[in-house]
Amino acid sequence: MIEVNDIHKSFNGNEVLKGISTTFEKGKTNLIIGQSGSGKTVFLKCLLGLFIPEQGTISYDGKVYSELSADEKRELRAEMGMVFQGSALFDSMTIAENVMFPLRMFTKQSKSEMEDRVNFVLKRVNLAEAHKKKPSEASGGMQKRVAIARAIVNNPKYLFCDEPNSGLDPKTAIVIDNLIQEITQEYDITTMINSHDMNSVMEIGQKIVFLKDGFKAWEGSNETIFKTDNETVTDFVYSSELMKKVRQMYIEEKQ
Amino acid sequence: MSYLHNIGAYFLMIKEMFRKPTKWSVMRHLIFKDIDDLVIGSLGIVAFISFFVGGVVTIQTALNISNPLIPKYLVGFATRQSVILEFAPTFISIIMAGKVGSFITSSIGTMRVTEQIDALEVMGINAINYLVFPKFIAMMLYPFVISIAMFLGILGGMAACVYGGFSTLDDYITGVQMDFIPFHMTYAFIKTFVFAFLLATIPSFYGYYMKGGALEVGKASTTSFVWTSVMIILLNYVLTQMLLS
Repeated sequence: MIEVNDIHKSFNGNEVLKGISTTFEKGKTNLIIGQSGSGKTVFLKCLLGLFIPEQGTISYDGKVYSELSADEKRELRAEMGMVFQGSALFDSMTIAENVMFPLRMFTKQSKSEMEDRVNFVLKRVNLAEAHKKKPSEASGGMQKRVAIARAIVNNPKYLFCDEPNSGLDPKTAIVIDNLIQEITQEYDITTMINSHDMNSVMEIGQKIVFLKDGFKAWEGSNETIFKTDNETVTDFVYSSELMKKVRQMYIEEKQ
Repeated sequence: MSYLHNIGAYFLMIKEMFRKPTKWSVMRHLIFKDIDDLVIGSLGIVAFISFFVGGVVTIQTALNISNPLIPKYLVGFATRQSVILEFAPTFISIIMAGKVGSFITSSIGTMRVTEQIDALEVMGINAINYLVFPKFIAMMLYPFVISIAMFLGILGGMAACVYGGFSTLDDYITGVQMDFIPFHMTYAFIKTFVFAFLLATIPSFYGYYMKGGALEVGKASTTSFVWTSVMIILLNYVLTQMLLS
């Protein structure tokens, strides 16, 4: 579980995060949504420890990040998996080498043990045949699945995904969403997803945190988001005609 | 102010580079890869340039010796001194700032643009140590490249001298062996180690701290070449003053 308590973050005097507090639970897919410039990426980078908030605390299963020593921070980081928006695969390595990388760096496993684990996770993300390909030879969807495989190969406690569906066709986006949700439940990890994709919000948003102008404007789930009267949320989530109709149908169905 | 900031950031990067690697077995693999990319991969161009520039130095020297009282073996002597003292350590380093330096800046810069460096940091890996330290160790073999440049420069001079009819082979060899001061080799290799350090770290600094996209990777490569060359020329002056005067 990740607990965020009143974090503030500024850049050159411009306050981007203005006191955000929330909790992300274990075994759930937690979505952070909001317009561009709302502070989602900065928030995610604070959660990852890439940015240090000027005020407030972030604790990971009770361990307050700012109170940890450098070695403890490194150990904690090794328990995190991250799926970047552009996948961020190492282009000098093959797909199998990319997935094996965290194992080579952080475990003392033998080569055959590492290979077994890589085979297992690649199979889990339906990429059993892609070992020897270079990332540049893989499609966008495949690259995202490799990034997920690399993120989970070392059994992380926390999984962070920055716009995992960006640049993907709707069908592949659903595959990625479902994969992330399945993995979250299967391995009982705390997953945070930064997303713009309303389909993801509705499908896998077991907890949703809505950011606006650096504040937490709303939090709830994919169930409660249909019912909310919070105008800031409804303006953003139901901005398209299609989403308006979906909401109308949901409300009518419930009545 | 930005110059001061960059100088501070550069020295902080150097400090970070010497931290303990996350895993030595992975580091060893990276060092061998960088030796191949940076040192072995540069041998061809260094050999080509050294041989022909050595030849040109010899021809220029021979053509400028018009006084019949000046002995012919002076051509070999002048070629040896030019090649060992300046051409091999300094001129080749400027060329390497273009070849190796832009490779380092663009490869690290591309990793920055495509979030690969962020991925390393998220995993808890010291990205500066992971990326820069193997390049630094690989470049410690740079004196080996310079030794080859020295040998081929003098050999190119010999070929130009003998086949161009400027003097005999015996005269040239006599000149090459004449008044040899071993400290000149020490001086050349001290310079080479200093330049190797600059060649590994300045381009890495510009790649690692670059911001923006593909266009900025190109700009960072150009800036790194300019600053590496400037620092090589400046330190060449300082070291020559300190060691030879």
